[in-house]
Amino acid sequence: MKSDSLFLIGRRLLQAAPVVMGIIVVTFILTRALPGDPAVFFAGPAADEKSIAEIRASLGLDKSWPEQFWVYLQNLSRGDLGKSISTGQPVMEELATRLPASLELTLMGLFLAVAIAIPLGMLAATRPNSLVDHLCRLVVTIGVSLPTFFTGLFLVYIFYFLLGLSPAPLGRLSIIHIAPDHVTGFYLIDSLIAGDFEVFRAALYQMILPASTLAIFALAPLARMTRAAMLGVLSSDFVRTARASGLSRKTILWVYAFQNAILPVLTTLGMVFSFLLGANVLVEKVFAWPGIGSFAIEALIASDYAAVQGFVLAMALMYVLLNLAIDILYTVVDPRIGLEG
Amino acid sequence: MSAHFRHLLYVMRENPVTFFSFVLFFLLMALGLFGPWLAPYDPLASDTANALRPPSWAHPFGTDNLGRDVFSRVITATRLDLAISVAAVSLSFVAGSAAGVCAGYFGGVTDKLIGRLTDTIMAFPLFVLAMGIVSALGNTIENIVYTTAVINFPFYARVARAEANSRREAGFVEAARLSGNGHGRILLFHMGPNIMPPMMVQISLNMGYAILNAAGLSFIGLGVRPPTPEWGIMVAEGAKFIVSGEWWLAIFPGAALMLAVLCFNLLGDGLRDLIDPRMRT
Amino acid sequence: MNRDVSDNKQFKRRDFLKIGAGAAAGAGLLPLLKYLPAEAAAGRDTLVVVIGNGPNSMDIHRKGTNRPSYQVAVNIYDRLVTYGRKKLPDGNVMYDYRKIEPELAESWSFAPDGMSVTFKIRKDARFHDGKPVTAHDVKWSFDRAVSLGGFPAVQMKAGSLIKPEQFVALDKYTFKINFIRKSKLTLPDLGVPVPLIINSVAAKAKATKSDPWATEYLHKNPQGGGAFKLGRWKPGQQTVYIRNDEWKSGPLPGVKRVIVREVASASTRRALLLRGDADVSLDLPPKDTKELTSNKKLKIAGVPIENCIHAVGLNLNFKPFADVRVRQAMAYAMPYEKIFKAAAYERGLPLWGAKSADPAGTLWPQPFPYDTDTDKAKGLLKEAGYAKGFKVTLSFNLGLAYWTEPTALLIQEGLGKVGIEAKLDKIPGSGWRTKALVEKKLPMHLKNFGGWLNYPEYYFFWAYQPKRLFNSMNYDNPKLNKLVDETLHMPVGSPGYADNVKAFIKIAFEDVPLIPLWQPYLDVAMQKDVAGYEYWFHRQLDVRPFKKLPKKA
Repeated sequence: MKSDSLFLIGRRLLQAAPVVMGIIVVTFILTRALPGDPAVFFAGPAADEKSIAEIRASLGLDKSWPEQFWVYLQNLSRGDLGKSISTGQPVMEELATRLPASLELTLMGLFLAVAIAIPLGMLAATRPNSLVDHLCRLVVTIGVSLPTFFTGLFLVYIFYFLLGLSPAPLGRLSIIHIAPDHVTGFYLIDSLIAGDFEVFRAALYQMILPASTLAIFALAPLARMTRAAMLGVLSSDFVRTARASGLSRKTILWVYAFQNAILPVLTTLGMVFSFLLGANVLVEKVFAWPGIGSFAIEALIASDYAAVQGFVLAMALMYVLLNLAIDILYTVVDPRIGLEG
Repeated sequence: MSAHFRHLLYVMRENPVTFFSFVLFFLLMALGLFGPWLAPYDPLASDTANALRPPSWAHPFGTDNLGRDVFSRVITATRLDLAISVAAVSLSFVAGSAAGVCAGYFGGVTDKLIGRLTDTIMAFPLFVLAMGIVSALGNTIENIVYTTAVINFPFYARVARAEANSRREAGFVEAARLSGNGHGRILLFHMGPNIMPPMMVQISLNMGYAILNAAGLSFIGLGVRPPTPEWGIMVAEGAKFIVSGEWWLAIFPGAALMLAVLCFNLLGDGLRDLIDPRMRT
Repeated sequence: MNRDVSDNKQFKRRDFLKIGAGAAAGAGLLPLLKYLPAEAAAGRDTLVVVIGNGPNSMDIHRKGTNRPSYQVAVNIYDRLVTYGRKKLPDGNVMYDYRKIEPELAESWSFAPDGMSVTFKIRKDARFHDGKPVTAHDVKWSFDRAVSLGGFPAVQMKAGSLIKPEQFVALDKYTFKINFIRKSKLTLPDLGVPVPLIINSVAAKAKATKSDPWATEYLHKNPQGGGAFKLGRWKPGQQTVYIRNDEWKSGPLPGVKRVIVREVASASTRRALLLRGDADVSLDLPPKDTKELTSNKKLKIAGVPIENCIHAVGLNLNFKPFADVRVRQAMAYAMPYEKIFKAAAYERGLPLWGAKSADPAGTLWPQPFPYDTDTDKAKGLLKEAGYAKGFKVTLSFNLGLAYWTEPTALLIQEGLGKVGIEAKLDKIPGSGWRTKALVEKKLPMHLKNFGGWLNYPEYYFFWAYQPKRLFNSMNYDNPKLNKLVDETLHMPVGSPGYADNVKAFIKIAFEDVPLIPLWQPYLDVAMQKDVAGYEYWFHRQLDVRPFKKLPKKA
């Protein structure tokens, strides 16, 4: 059985290969099709034809597309994503510092969403079609119907500008704090490692509004999946048996039902995570969050090929890896599930 | 037919939220169809002497920075927003289900190719892909529609493929084949109608997503062009005025946007109930 | 991975933590005091500035360095000369383009034949690493500015500085520039951000064969001797300047530390200022300026930007605009008042409605003799054979949407009244340069060129002469070209200067390839206790003159 699992995992990895190749090609074509000539953009306000041509050559943009693609592949194989021209840093370095910021925020949003959505879903499942059920459904659907940037702006307006309860929307730390030494890149973890509770607290405060914005958007799929899975389990034979054998309601709900309903919720979690990474782009813009999303918007506006390419590639590869991980986890946890379909 | 109708009534009674969404849907459709005649002012006419006025009897939603009537703009925008999402969703529905049905029905290489294509699209965070495509093609309404269609394509392809695959060997398909129908006819007249119900649910959910997607693009400056009234761009523009106290510029189009998306989301749920009560989540 | 480019020893983490701890301890007491205003939290010695866009490089000579990076050149580096200052009637202080004053140079003298200038460099000047500033550093820095190509080379060229052979270090403290022609622009051009003085020893130590000008190194590690040292630089987030207490080239700055925080959203910048979290906000949209003027907690300093016009460009390659009557009709069709109200929020100087068709003196910009007059516009269109109007695309830069968008919408409406159907075309900031300035293919567009050196002929050189970058109208008038060429290097007071300037302005009046709308203001908002702001032509943040007033008891 073990070798079977390994075989399946290997096959799954092989299946991912053409997708990765597709991603690389799509990313390349997409960035070359961006409007504007980066050479002109970077030549500065008073440059002439000659200096623009110089910059074009120094960026390698005077070569043909296939040549550029070949160079790109070679660099990629060395882990070199090129240099972002607008920030002047290697794209790899940019991603490495910005990715933790985005991940920390997204995970926090996901955590908040899970903490609210699962109890909500269970509540709805225990009282199907009651007023509570309808209300839950309405609330989570409203959440997913609000554009994230709209939610974010209003939270900022109310909690920062009017009430002064939350810190200014200025990224990961307020002006007066200094980032903890880099270990994981997650400020919450790094500050704890450094034993610096003030920074921990500051970073946490800074994260509450953007994470809530994301959470509001992510409630719906999680709450609904929990409800559906719970309904399915609650009507199953073994719960009925458990009930008949006089186990308490609480035990049935949490021990029997919930543990069996958790698997589909986990799958949804992976989907929601990728969904949030996309939504993150807009939230980062609202909260001046120094993550990869705000980086990507800037890069897109500046036609910064290397940066856009690196960003889109990183996002896509992360998603592929995530799905791989979930699939593999599934095979390990539940060998009955094949990797087909 | 009457059985269907009774089921519809039952679902409505059981589920006031779905009922609410149906009412909202008809309201939206009415605004979309008759909006331009219902608007009290020309949504494009500026009146700088009356710029940034708060809501009043004359201007129930106030006026914007050029003195245009926000109420008229919100109403007129309904048609464009619905048009964008309907066009995008129909495109991805047609292309996606055609590809999906072919993949599911023929299997083999066709299946593999289409599978890889959808996998590749799905591998990108969809909003990020949309940003990239629109900025590469240029931000016209057509391009926003195409982009939205592309990112929704895999959903239809996958649902259609699964449905077609499970029916490939079904009796009615076998019967059609034996009575001399070609692949084209079988796909169009026998497979098509059978995969419609699950696709309907997807359509409704995607309508909402299409509107949100267009609004998000507008927010980062890649959306519909001015002076065209569109909810997303109105919220994005209005957002700049929130801190200075002119909240009405963003709130009203934002509420309209939210209600429309909410309506399609709830409608999707409702349709799911209608089609298969056990699927309700 | 530490991305902070340079960690200064003076910038002690512990100090910051103390401040942070204080603020947070206060926060614990009352829920409404979760943060403290910047003045209390960051101290009287620290200035917190919010700007829309920050530097992307510490090296102004590098390819791809953006406009906000010029502030680094201004604050961290010195130049040989700087400009004088003058007080305006409203109390604001601005630089005086007619007065060139010493910075690193103690004095200078022109050769008798007027074909060279020799600078004496002050002997007490030191770079941040302690090395004395010498003529060799000046020579190396100027060579670098003309050799790296791109924008710095073009800017040097405007001052007739084109090749390293022109620059000679005579001895340790004497530096000579040989002219290729006599030009009034040469000395002023030495006061712009580009010809800054770099520590050549420190830079050369990091130069390589493929990178002889140490661009990689100076990109992240400024090696200057200016009033401020770099504390920290987090690209895209913040830049921290620490005062250089050894600075000798000018009065010691009033604040010890300046934190420049990048906040993209204008409304967030406004909120930060109103809530007291920021001391100074740059890049203020006119609407905010107008509304904040009445705010008792804040001060606004607004100065009209010299030599800068917000205008409509008419491309002569677009057939109808080749006819001067159509261009004049366009100038009569503009709804100037409406635009001035709704797009400029009246923060600017009107550039329409002059009574006389002759220029009122050599002042530039000055009002053009046009006003909103639909009938006149229709008449001219009829004369030109366009009684039924035509269709045109009006393009504008999305990066400047705060004024371009409302302006474009109002122009579209105004043109509709004379039968011209305008389609609006938003172009993202990245595509703008290529389409508008390089390809010069936009039939009708909004533009905002401003010249650093404040001379009308400098503006006309860039914007009205054929093939120049900012002549996006493809305008070409031999008479005007000749006049501008003659005037460009001519001293301002010389005979014929005023007549020449008036003559080419009159041609611009008649031909209107550019329809000026208004001369914009540069507006900066600050807390009441901040003083010392000065307006400079480069429009970037010069933190040197700022100070914080003592707090009132």
